[in-house]
Amino acid sequence: MDFSLTEEQLMFRGLFRDFAENDVAKVAEHSDKAEQPPVELLKKAAAQGFLGATLPEQYGGAGLEALTNTLLVEEIAKHCLSTAITITIHTALASMSILDVGTEAQKQSYLPRLASGELASFALTEPDAGSDPGSLQTRARRENGTFYLDGVKSWVANGGLASVFVVFASTDLSARHRGLSAFIVEKGSPSVGVVVGHREPTLGLRGVDIRTIYFEDGHVPAENLLGALNEGWPIVLRAFNRVRLCLAAAGLGAAEGALALGVKFAVERKQFGVPIAEKQAIQNYIADCSVEIEALRHLIHYTAWLADTGQSYGQQASMAKYLGARVARDTANKMLQVHGGYGFSDEFPISRIYRDVRALRLLGGTDEIQRYAVARGVFDEVGLKIQP
Amino acid sequence: MDFTFSPEHIALRRMIHEFCEEELRPRARQVDRESRQDPQVLRWMGELGFFGLPFSQEDGGAGAGETGYCILMEELNRVCPSTATIIGAHTGIASMSLYLDGSPDLKQRYLPDLCSGKKIAAFGLTEPNAGSDAAGIQLRATLEGDSYYLDGQKMWITNGPIADVIMVLAVTDPALGARGGATVFVVEKEWDGLRPGKPEHKMGLHGSPTSLITFDEVRVPKENVLGQVGLGFVTFMKTLDIGRVSLGAATLGGAQAALEASLRWVKARSQFGRPIANMQSIQFMLADMATEIEALRSLVYRTAWLVDSGKPFIKEAGMCKLMGSETASRCIDRALQIHGALGYSRDFPLERGWRDARIAEIFEGTNEIQRIVIASELLQEIGVRIRP
Repeated sequence: MDFSLTEEQLMFRGLFRDFAENDVAKVAEHSDKAEQPPVELLKKAAAQGFLGATLPEQYGGAGLEALTNTLLVEEIAKHCLSTAITITIHTALASMSILDVGTEAQKQSYLPRLASGELASFALTEPDAGSDPGSLQTRARRENGTFYLDGVKSWVANGGLASVFVVFASTDLSARHRGLSAFIVEKGSPSVGVVVGHREPTLGLRGVDIRTIYFEDGHVPAENLLGALNEGWPIVLRAFNRVRLCLAAAGLGAAEGALALGVKFAVERKQFGVPIAEKQAIQNYIADCSVEIEALRHLIHYTAWLADTGQSYGQQASMAKYLGARVARDTANKMLQVHGGYGFSDEFPISRIYRDVRALRLLGGTDEIQRYAVARGVFDEVGLKIQP
Repeated sequence: MDFTFSPEHIALRRMIHEFCEEELRPRARQVDRESRQDPQVLRWMGELGFFGLPFSQEDGGAGAGETGYCILMEELNRVCPSTATIIGAHTGIASMSLYLDGSPDLKQRYLPDLCSGKKIAAFGLTEPNAGSDAAGIQLRATLEGDSYYLDGQKMWITNGPIADVIMVLAVTDPALGARGGATVFVVEKEWDGLRPGKPEHKMGLHGSPTSLITFDEVRVPKENVLGQVGLGFVTFMKTLDIGRVSLGAATLGGAQAALEASLRWVKARSQFGRPIANMQSIQFMLADMATEIEALRSLVYRTAWLVDSGKPFIKEAGMCKLMGSETASRCIDRALQIHGALGYSRDFPLERGWRDARIAEIFEGTNEIQRIVIASELLQEIGVRIRP
């Protein structure tokens, strides 16, 4: 087994790291305090090909493999989780779904736009359909050449910035998740009846634009059906696999960023005549976080390798996401503790990281959903099918 | 053994509980957003005797003892941690130091106004270079004639921006250092050279104002020495020891609030066709919360009984603060997870409790210091002396 990154991957990682250290790091604090997505930074990211990283070059993307893409997400997340999440939702959930099942016309029409700076969003969750997306209520009915969508989508990340939405609606309510269809919805005309609502004020990830979207007879041209009618659920499942791997990488980056801050503080802060790094309690925190980060990194790389070699990887993606969210949480929490009183101050970045990573145990499937998915996979192997 | 509260304590709790529901709960969100509590609310609390609740009636207090004071802190923190913290610093440590070691004359001059809430007090121990290492304080008090001149800084002082009176620990004999050569002074805010800084921006407890305080050759008459010259460190450590019990009670209130919110939510929220109360994962979270809260409740009120009975309590007080702060953080975090995305929204009160709770693991002696205190007490019992 060769555990080293290839020359090309190392080269890309260097590019990602430069961008993250020189550009992403500069916007992190402000986008949190002003609650503004870093729009200028996203344009720079697009110019470097980071908004279409895994899209094929023929559609304007960089054609990166899953593993290289995790390096991109990781490096950005070290400095700004909001930016990492914005890009991940845009690519792994939305653009890649169009690549996954779109017609050639849809791919030609949308993917180059999404690779070059226009943002996309993924609207699945509803007020009454969170962990149970199969119970969603947004309906789509067809009349001649148009679908009409009715319902409400909540917690739509990038909702206020996106020009393109991948929206899931029911075309057969009685069939629950087997009656879901996916649609590509463009903001503004021709999508009359689609209203982007207020921003959701959040505990963290304040640089992510999260909205409620209202559909009242929302017009969607029939050619914007994405994939086959009533075949939306498999699109969701494949999107979840992709995004879970990316969210794991985001958790890894955030944990690494937090650990670096804690290590620096422990070396610089003196109490009892010595740097607090000399105290066993502090050493134990640093050690435990380092172990978790190391294990997480390798699980992510292994999962990405499965994806890149065309193997089934959903089970590992759930594991990696679950672990990543926990490691990010544990590291941010312990490193906040290392900072003492400064850890509670807005003047130091660690409390922002602590607030930001809290979201990782919720979005992309809560911890509870990941545990269920992993258990289901394990029992499936011995012949038992479990239900939620 | 009689585990029931006295009729007086039951009546006290009912009165405080009602006040918190009627006056604190409706204002809690605004307190967080505007970073201040309504002075009218503080006046009402003064009229109800909250500010001097534990102190003897002869000294101007309500005579409710440590148990009564724990009941107050539990009920306040259950509804508005910012308000609880104003009282906690004023009563639990600042006024407490005067109550424990002040001369009758000094107590008579200051305690009545502190008990009525007419004047607000702050506890001035921590400095930029002396956090966990409290003995590392450097603020100097130099005797010249009948006055001491205080010079230096205190940091992270709760109530700093609003305090009328500050109990300050200063080094009076540098040759002996803080342990043997520090003295507590009662300092009034109008005295020349005393400059409270701007309120700190913190992740939570927005309504509890905190600041740096600069002492620029502040003249303090020698009549304002609290306790004995040179024994100030002992006074302050003794005060912190007792302060931990009521802080444990406060964290109990926070944990209790998390459980109550969770119970309401799991009944109301359905996914997968049934209330989430039916999910075993959720049930186990609730069971764990309730169990930890029950254990903490017993620990806190037994320790309060130790205090009120004049028995030793230092080890148990450290345990109250340690277990309490970690229990509250765990319970509030579980509650946030139970609420899903709603727990992450600032339009819902849960995230405020999550932000408010974190500091309890850090202030009034970090949990690392608590572990040192507990270990030190344990080892002393077997004849081993340790130093941090």
